[in-house]
Amino acid sequence: MANVTMRVWRGDASGGDFESYTLEQNEGEVVLDVIHRIQATDAPDLACRWNCKAGKCGSCSAEINGKPSLMCMTRVDELPEGPITVTPMRTFPIIRDLVTDVSFNFAMAAKVPALLPPPMPEGGYRMFQEDVARGQEFRKCIECFLCQDVCHVIRDHEDNKAHYAGPRFFIRYAELEMHPLDTNDRRDLIREEMGLGYCNITKCCTEVCPEHIKITDNAIIPLKERVVDAHYDPIAWLGRKIRRREKKSATDAAVQPAP
Amino acid sequence: MATVESSTKVVLGGRRGGPDVTTLRQDRWWVQPVVTVSVLTAFIIYSTWAAFQNKNYYVGATAHRDLISPFYSPCLANSCLPGSSHGFILHGWNLSPALLILLFPLGFRMTCYYYRRSYYRAFWWSPPACAVADAHKTYSGETRFPLIMQNLHRYFFYAGLAFNVMLTYDAFRALRQPGLGWGVTIGTLVLFANATLLWMYSISCHACRHLFGGHVKSFKKHPFRYWFWKVMTPLNAKHMNLAWASLLFVAFTDVYVRLVASGALTDYKLF
Repeated sequence: MANVTMRVWRGDASGGDFESYTLEQNEGEVVLDVIHRIQATDAPDLACRWNCKAGKCGSCSAEINGKPSLMCMTRVDELPEGPITVTPMRTFPIIRDLVTDVSFNFAMAAKVPALLPPPMPEGGYRMFQEDVARGQEFRKCIECFLCQDVCHVIRDHEDNKAHYAGPRFFIRYAELEMHPLDTNDRRDLIREEMGLGYCNITKCCTEVCPEHIKITDNAIIPLKERVVDAHYDPIAWLGRKIRRREKKSATDAAVQPAP
Repeated sequence: MATVESSTKVVLGGRRGGPDVTTLRQDRWWVQPVVTVSVLTAFIIYSTWAAFQNKNYYVGATAHRDLISPFYSPCLANSCLPGSSHGFILHGWNLSPALLILLFPLGFRMTCYYYRRSYYRAFWWSPPACAVADAHKTYSGETRFPLIMQNLHRYFFYAGLAFNVMLTYDAFRALRQPGLGWGVTIGTLVLFANATLLWMYSISCHACRHLFGGHVKSFKKHPFRYWFWKVMTPLNAKHMNLAWASLLFVAFTDVYVRLVASGALTDYKLF
């Protein structure tokens, strides 16, 4: 087999640069395999996160030849010939080498108002398969945060992190908003504090999702349409007034906070 | 320094890894924006030219045909060619009839979620491609005027449906061949294909999918809406293809009618 040259970003918050490593290429290897061989031979102090090596834990997110990808799911022989560039996720502050501080995402997760079901009816809650299936797609998320990484709203504009939840959490909001047992109305929250309006639907989150979740089509756009129902559609507003249907807002005091 | 307020406080603004370059992508990411800019610019130039022509948009009784260009239907102006009007005339309007109506299909496409993706990338470079740096220093997305008006998409969708009804009516009217009776010509098929593609583009629209079924919390309680949603969802996945196909075919339909009306092309009768 031919050799493979890896240009890996080495550094921390004080600065960094690329270092090149040339190794023999083994058949069927993924980028994470080569990173592990570099650790074993040339650079035992090279930092990277990994866990399952099966595309299910979401730990080994990085940017390979500039594209946000999972290192364990990117085969070396499918990349173009020439040196392979591996850098940490650009959107988050670097800790060391390929490891970034993704705690922004945990902060946003803590802000999601929890499911608020109605009082338990006699015989317990019931959900039907049609409604279970709808949210199933969103529960495939492995929280690799590649969608957050590629989203230009925070990738290129750090200041937006203060008021923008990002695609990973929009699928969480969508799942809750589509849940038949949920009585919360998060539309004000999504518009005013989670920054749904900042998304300009360039669909990069969908392109990089390793679970192939249709983030934009099935979560973000339906949320945008729900926000239009609540704030920008006078006919929908009139319909609610006539039928006297107003849901509880998730910004109300009655909301159960997330644990 | 700003912080994200929650139970976990995060200080923003930490140093990021990787080099400060526009992108590290090595593939030809620029091809898609270039193609989008080329095709949309060509369409805008052609449709503007066609809208200001104010002639050759209708093939009438003298040619034993009843074909009208989609750019001019419904023909509402004082200056409409004989036979092209749909019964209602705005007497004060003497400019091209196309200028009266093109705002609505233009608005439908400008606010369409697919076209938004395309022109934000290709024309505004926000961003030009995934993991390629945004060309702008500041960004407010669709939270402020004028882009907050994108939220009016569903109203342009409603207007688009009215236009689809009109263009379908035109296609059926094209079966009429004054002086000869009824029949099908190439032009009739072109008008039917145009109307069909526009219906499919409208029905595959994200706003349509939401309004007809997606907005409910429980599909079980709304079986008809669930059925609509199930039908529309696979079409919605093809929205991009239908957006391009219907856009190009509208232009082709106008070209066809224009060529027949100017005498450069014969509209052959099939049966």
